[in-house]
Amino acid sequence: MFENFTPVSALGGGVLIGVAAAVMLWLSGRVMGVSGIAGGLLRPAGGDTGWRLAFVIGLVTAPLIGMAVTGSFPPVELDVGLGTIVVGGLLVGFGTRFGGGCTSGHGICGIGRLSARSIAATGIFMAVAGVTVYVTRHLLA
Amino acid sequence: MPTILVALGAGFLFGLGLTISQMVNPAKVIGFLDIAGRWDPSLALVMAGALAVFLPAYRIIVKRGAPLFAPALLIPTRRDIDGRLVAGSATFGLGWGLVGFCPGPAIAAAGSLQTDALTFLGAMIAGMAVYEAIDRLSTRRPASQAG
Repeated sequence: MFENFTPVSALGGGVLIGVAAAVMLWLSGRVMGVSGIAGGLLRPAGGDTGWRLAFVIGLVTAPLIGMAVTGSFPPVELDVGLGTIVVGGLLVGFGTRFGGGCTSGHGICGIGRLSARSIAATGIFMAVAGVTVYVTRHLLA
Repeated sequence: MPTILVALGAGFLFGLGLTISQMVNPAKVIGFLDIAGRWDPSLALVMAGALAVFLPAYRIIVKRGAPLFAPALLIPTRRDIDGRLVAGSATFGLGWGLVGFCPGPAIAAAGSLQTDALTFLGAMIAGMAVYEAIDRLSTRRPASQAG
């Protein structure tokens, strides 16, 4: 039971994510939603790209610093075919923008604001993801 | 200028949190979503840890009023649960369940330079670009921005 559960690192990493969201809001007044921040880079609105790009650079840099400390990049394991990866990527990119947020914007910042929209969105994407995993990895496997 | 440094720092802290909690690894996320398999509750604790900080922090920040380096807080004001929210979130959930990547980890994993991870990132950006194209065509009126 729960042989893959890593409670300490999960809670510790979660706290850091919460601090990041709080810092962003407290200092810059922005909600830390990754899909909105990254998606906004594709919208050529002048003067708005600098901080978005900086956020993405910080996000990409962090695991590389981890690599410098531990000697290897943290494990990134995908066990599906290339076709599924492409379809999944398209759905995640379009869906998060169409639904106005992802795991960070709705799941953490939105629930943190007790927003009914974000609580609904998080319930929906969690439930659909869970059903998708059940169908693809149990019913069809 | 300060907002650029703030974003850089917040992005870095967020990436560090994803790295420490192993959420950059889709296998770890699938382990959480796979309730009927060898269930791994870790992702729930990541969210709990983040909310333990952000729930009270949000209340304090809103009570203080304006942020330190910007004229006002930019917080979504919409309250209605509309079709776009439901359909978009369901679409996202489908893609998330298929692969195990959501946007934050997909970007953070770019440095691994793994073909699979970079392919997902490229497809995700393409999906976002499709949204921008449709949004530009369909909404002549000002677009409503949420979180």
